[in-house]
Amino acid sequence: MAEITEVPSPFCGIGTDDLIIQVDGVALKVIKNGCTVNTPAFEQAITDTRPRVDGVEVSLELAVARAAELLKNTNQPVIGGCATDVNGMRALLALADRSGAVVDNMNFTGARNNFLALQDSGWMNTTLAEVKNRCDLLLVVGVDLESFSPRFFERYLWNEESMFLDDTAKRQIIYLGKAPSGKASTSPDGSKAQVFACSNDDLPEVVAVLRALVKGRPIRAESVGGIAVLDLQNIAEQLKAATYSVVTWAAGALAYSQAELTVQTLSEMVKDINLNTRSSGLPLGGKEGDQTANQVCGWTTGYPARTRFSNGYPEYDPFLYDANVLLSNGEADALVWVQAFNAKAVPPVTVLPTIVVGRSGMVFVTEPDVFIPVGTPGIDHAGHAYRMDNVVAIRLKKLRDSGLPSTAEVLHAIEHALGK
Amino acid sequence: MLIRLKNGKVYDPASGIDGEQQDIYIQDGRIVNKPVGDFKVDKEYDLSGKVVMSGAIDMHTHIGGGKGNIARILLPEDHRADPVARTDITRSGCGHAMPSTFVTGYRYAEMGYTAGFEPAVLPVNARQAHMEMADIPILDKGGYVLMGSDDYLLRMLTAKKDQKAINDYVAFTMQAAKAIGVKVVNPGGINAFKFNQRKLDLDEQNSHYGVTPRDILRVLATAVKEIGVTHPLHVHGCNLGVPGNVNTTLDTIQGIGGLPMHLTHIQFHSYGTEGDFKFSSGAAAIAEAVNSNKNITIDVGQILFGQTVTASGDNMRQHANHKYASPNKWVTMDIECDAGCGVVPFKYKDQNFVNALQWAIGLETFLLVNDPWRIFLTTDHPNGAPFTSYPHLIRLLMDRSFRNDMLATIHPEAQKMTTLASIEREYSLQEIAIMTRAGAARLIGLQDRGGLSAGNWADITVYTDNADRQLMFEKPDYVFKDGQLVVVDGKVVSTKWGTTHVVKPDFDASLEKDLKKYFDRFMTMKLGNFTISDDEITEDGRGSITVHPLKGEVA
Repeated sequence: MAEITEVPSPFCGIGTDDLIIQVDGVALKVIKNGCTVNTPAFEQAITDTRPRVDGVEVSLELAVARAAELLKNTNQPVIGGCATDVNGMRALLALADRSGAVVDNMNFTGARNNFLALQDSGWMNTTLAEVKNRCDLLLVVGVDLESFSPRFFERYLWNEESMFLDDTAKRQIIYLGKAPSGKASTSPDGSKAQVFACSNDDLPEVVAVLRALVKGRPIRAESVGGIAVLDLQNIAEQLKAATYSVVTWAAGALAYSQAELTVQTLSEMVKDINLNTRSSGLPLGGKEGDQTANQVCGWTTGYPARTRFSNGYPEYDPFLYDANVLLSNGEADALVWVQAFNAKAVPPVTVLPTIVVGRSGMVFVTEPDVFIPVGTPGIDHAGHAYRMDNVVAIRLKKLRDSGLPSTAEVLHAIEHALGK
Repeated sequence: MLIRLKNGKVYDPASGIDGEQQDIYIQDGRIVNKPVGDFKVDKEYDLSGKVVMSGAIDMHTHIGGGKGNIARILLPEDHRADPVARTDITRSGCGHAMPSTFVTGYRYAEMGYTAGFEPAVLPVNARQAHMEMADIPILDKGGYVLMGSDDYLLRMLTAKKDQKAINDYVAFTMQAAKAIGVKVVNPGGINAFKFNQRKLDLDEQNSHYGVTPRDILRVLATAVKEIGVTHPLHVHGCNLGVPGNVNTTLDTIQGIGGLPMHLTHIQFHSYGTEGDFKFSSGAAAIAEAVNSNKNITIDVGQILFGQTVTASGDNMRQHANHKYASPNKWVTMDIECDAGCGVVPFKYKDQNFVNALQWAIGLETFLLVNDPWRIFLTTDHPNGAPFTSYPHLIRLLMDRSFRNDMLATIHPEAQKMTTLASIEREYSLQEIAIMTRAGAARLIGLQDRGGLSAGNWADITVYTDNADRQLMFEKPDYVFKDGQLVVVDGKVVSTKWGTTHVVKPDFDASLEKDLKKYFDRFMTMKLGNFTISDDEITEDGRGSITVHPLKGEVA
């Protein structure tokens, strides 16, 4: 039995790297600094150890050969999921390049809200250490932050010391849209977050009014989405008075049509605040390799991870190359599903030939043609994963010897077999 | 295998050879002396009439790291205009302003370049810089780690820590980030922007720390010298792009007190305030200062007309420049109590007075600095122009009539504000070889690169002599990387992986005690998870690390 300290997590997106994990053979137990997201993700037992073809256990070589055979004469296979580490994404993109596939990260439809805003007007953003040391006002828009990242407040707001704040407990927390589900946002001195709840449907209007107020535009209405304009005026004044405010949102939680406009309004509001004081945006994300997928696809192709290679070169379209759309429109002829982090994230059901390169323990509605269980980055092999702020790539550790291959090894083998 | 390159006209400034006809022998990836006695040549290339130089080295090019990837993601429309298809031996990708990593490697190699150095590696983002560079084929690479706006250093300065402690911290950071040099960007200014300061002159104090850019430059330049790093402190100075900043730059040169210092993309720091538009060339004054201060080296950061994107650690200045964004979208980031970045697309126009004069200022600088060993050919890719414009830039330097033809087409008021037309100098092939090869290798401290004498790695470029220097440098006949033929007639014919160049200066291990405390209190990761280990670069089987000696060390 061994105890491994300073274990970084690829699961929570906020780069916690202080976990202490006890390793007993292949069994893991989080004995310190776990949370409701990380602990089950680390502790999940290995069930599948051997690949299957048509539901029958086979050797890795046979499974790889069968996968290559299924991909060999396809015109436009789709590689979905894209939830793995940097080396896994490198191999995935090499396979996509060779097979003329579409690459689509499973969280892209949510992340698209950010990419469309970024690619249209840009933003001013920050990273977690700046939040930890500078943020005197946190505006949380449209997301229940503590269920998204259970340790966010503990690690980055209620830290005992910061370099530039006399008393971290005096930070102001304001929720707009969703209300918090628990008490994580309550300051150590007992002050509660201000909460101005509204429905998702009303959020675009509420955010638009807030931005107008920040810019000093007159608003005739007295309330918007059930929130008094005076309250929004008050938030605007606090944002303008803060030394370093931070505005956070989760693109995936803005689950309504054209939510990119909400992201853009928030980002432009942050730019406006910066005319006189400092303020930054902080998009939440980074779970299950979504930032990793976009970063690696970014440097390999120029585009984020909804990109196709079927013309021989990368092409990006944030709407047309949605894996689910391609599958349901009959525009794809095979599915490769790559998900090394989450056994519950199984592929969409399709009649097309399906190859799953997934975390051990996946339960399928329909058994795929090929299932190759792979190790989880940060548990079964070392690797790299980006956390939510997109700047820090954390170095994932190998915690145990499970004998499971890495995503990269399996995808390289399939690519190699395709080249034969 | 023994390869002979026969009868080429060799330009090898590292050995003082200036256009002499010579044979070059290659064995096991390196250049060797002509074997004695009987020997068998396995492969021979007849290079009669061809020009032979070592592989070119770009000593300042943004090819790896987060801001470059933001620039990529920001500009899908730019990539769409330049798609790059897969071939049997090359990967697909995109080109133009900020090419994908694979295309970066291919296009550099196709111009005869065999190494590139990323000048702004943020310690906390160094993993990304190395991971991106690991996906650049053919080229060797390395990075200069960015310091000077990190809170740990500024706290040290406020606490009046001695130079020895700062040397230890610089050495630690170089090792942790796997760097071969140290860069400072708008010294302390990136930090000051986080405290809402919008400009920071050389002697202006950071409002929180009370430290000035001059203080930061002095301690970092001293540290680099004292720990024995060959590459002098690499400085992106204060007030980038601000009219009148020529005085800041001259003051920076005087203020460093003779310490070795490299001033990068100096074109952006050479502006006066004369004339109707209150914008003028400071190139003559800068060149005079460089000529008379032998401790100073520079690269130009030439701008060339067209669409590009600027990606810089200097978020203070990039924020101020966002109003020139074209297309109108831009990103700035504050980063991890470490640094920051700003990404602003730019379209430099020859009919825009300021852009036109920027173009002329860069060329004046090239032509007025006498010593080619102390000036380097850069566009600060992609900030002044994409690296693919180097052959055009070489022609501007080597061909006065071409240069004057181009000059005649730019904004007329800018023509009046430059002395360019009267400058007769034309660079020679040997001077180009110094700037882009021997000088760059010497400046960075690369052992066994940048020269063609026996013992050097066989990074070799062969051109067909052509009076049109742009055509000549666009399309080498052959490029060898570590002895492997990678390019024929300007096209990649095979690929390989280059090495990562680093130095590993020692530091007092007791430093890590204080750093660990600092990380635990204020940072978001453990110190043990911050330092990059060698295996992160080598474990995939294609990366390698080449450690270069410090000054005074024997390799």
